[in-house]
Amino acid sequence: MIEVQGLTKRYGRTVAVEDLNFTVKKGEILGFLGPNGAGKTTTMRVITCFMPPTLGNVTVAGYDVMREPLEVKKRIGYLPETPPLYTDMRVREMLTFAGRIKGVPSFELKQRVEEVASRTAVTDVLNKIVGHLSKGYRQRVGLAAALIHNPEVLVLDEPTAGLDPKQIIETRKLIRSLSGEHTVILSTHILPEAANTCDRVMIINAGKLVAEDTPVNLTARLQGFETMHMLVEGPERDVRERLARIQGVNSVLPTPASNGRVEFAVQTDKGRDVRRDLARAVVESGWGLLELRPVGMSLEEIFLKLTTTDSAPEPEAIAEEV
Amino acid sequence: MRNVWNIVRKEINSYFRSPIAYIVLAVFAGIFGFFFYSILAMFVRQSMMAAQYMQMYGQSMHMNVNEMVIRPLLMNTAVVSLFMVPFITMRLFAEEKKTGTIELLMTSPLTDLQIITGKFIAALLLYACMLAITFLYLLLLFQYGNPDWKPMLSGYLGLLLLGGCFLAIGLMFSTMTGNQLIAVVLTFGFLLFLWVIDWAGEYATGTVAEVAKYLSLTGHIDNFSKGVIDLRDGVYYVSLIALALFMTARSVESVRWRA
Ligand SMILES: Nc1ncnc2c1ncn2[C@@H]1O[C@H](COP(=O)(O)OP(=O)(O)OP(=O)(O)O)[C@@H](O)[C@H]1O
Ligand SMILES: [Mg+2]
Repeated sequence: MIEVQGLTKRYGRTVAVEDLNFTVKKGEILGFLGPNGAGKTTTMRVITCFMPPTLGNVTVAGYDVMREPLEVKKRIGYLPETPPLYTDMRVREMLTFAGRIKGVPSFELKQRVEEVASRTAVTDVLNKIVGHLSKGYRQRVGLAAALIHNPEVLVLDEPTAGLDPKQIIETRKLIRSLSGEHTVILSTHILPEAANTCDRVMIINAGKLVAEDTPVNLTARLQGFETMHMLVEGPERDVRERLARIQGVNSVLPTPASNGRVEFAVQTDKGRDVRRDLARAVVESGWGLLELRPVGMSLEEIFLKLTTTDSAPEPEAIAEEV
Repeated sequence: MRNVWNIVRKEINSYFRSPIAYIVLAVFAGIFGFFFYSILAMFVRQSMMAAQYMQMYGQSMHMNVNEMVIRPLLMNTAVVSLFMVPFITMRLFAEEKKTGTIELLMTSPLTDLQIITGKFIAALLLYACMLAITFLYLLLLFQYGNPDWKPMLSGYLGLLLLGGCFLAIGLMFSTMTGNQLIAVVLTFGFLLFLWVIDWAGEYATGTVAEVAKYLSLTGHIDNFSKGVIDLRDGVYYVSLIALALFMTARSVESVRWRA
């Protein structure tokens, strides 16, 4: 649905995005992750035909953004970083105007406005002036405006920024419900959001692609070893020694808990499931095994690992691993 | 066409929602009212003098409403619009750039030309409202005298064309900045320069003087107000409007590149 090949965008001497390649399939939700200034907004602006790329080809639904921008624009609903709303209009007027310029036929317009308003939960402010709305409501009106012409592709720049927790959940649900029929690209700094909402996550840093995969694979792939969390009832030293003897276990770090229980963080070799061995060792020694679960590295940790320069692995190395 | 109309409608609504339109119209009506009263009062005094003159010398002096009231009034209108137009056009692009709504327009299936034309037409309509106010005053003259309506009509045509130039130039400067005040200053400065450029004709000679005279906005409005519709004047205004709108389009394009 969306193909980006060799996208480079420079502002004067600043390189905002460098040689970015990716495709988004129809019905997929792609999450864009990256620290401030990574080039997320810039990439989205190129895809939505707001600005032309310096180099590279971008096509949306088979139409090139440079050669047939009107066809591309007809198919895209875009929510920029700051919702582009006329503060002197009423919400209903704003949505009606957005619908008109996006080419919604006039006989459907009224109904479409009601529809998107109820989907984004702004029905109760339809008659309010946009300038009097709170930040979160503006964000939702912006989303409603992006949805007004029922576009095939949605490009959402930080769609949940400024929303309250309930609305964040509602918006994520809304975005999820759009997948399948619509293709969605969203950017965010909130990692669980990317993990929960997206089918695929792209991490970019300083204009370059650092990693791209499903949230689950990303987590698995980036861990050099796996960590098990164990809660054992037994003498701390004995348990530690016993567990350390098991093949595939690299280290055992105890944290004493109350009433004779000990918590362990057991690090094991990657790709080696030692859970059975661990369990057998504990049970055969006559101690109580209260808890045993693998701890995944959170997306947060991955994100920081990839985007902080001193500990970041070579982008190429990761790309090859894919 | 529908796209252009959507933009026109939005801009007109926005003019009348924010008090800009009302303020511009009210200020203009006030100033024009003063001009109207003053010029008429002078005319009445001169008429009385003329009547006395006729009694004393038995010879009539030529008194013409068109020449002595309407024409100076229309010329004054041109000057006042020079001051008003920058305030009409300043927000058209500058505001959208500042608030980011330009992103909505530019990512909607509209061409730049449609956006520019829509905004230009909306501004022209507001300007036409201004001219309509002056027309209401002039109607009073028809009540008490019988002016010739032909030079009046051509005068209005000239004012409309002149205003079109002003607005197109203002629109152009509005695309260059996100600050409305800067747009006003640049527009006003540039218009004033075009207004007085024929002064160069006073001291320069040859081609320079010719060009300066041709470029000047004032020279061309004169003919219209005399009731003379010369094709060359029309061509001047229309090509100036086209040029300014073309530059506006270029500037909008560069907004995209720089964003
Ligand atoms: N109009 C501009 N002129 C010059 N440089 C720009 C412009 N817009 C963005 N940049 C630069 O391009 C780089 C990428 O910016 P971009 O807005 O795409 O980042 P982002 O990933 O959206 O960041 P954030 O998470 O803060 O929204 C930054 O270094 C920024 O300074
Ligand atoms: Mg951004």
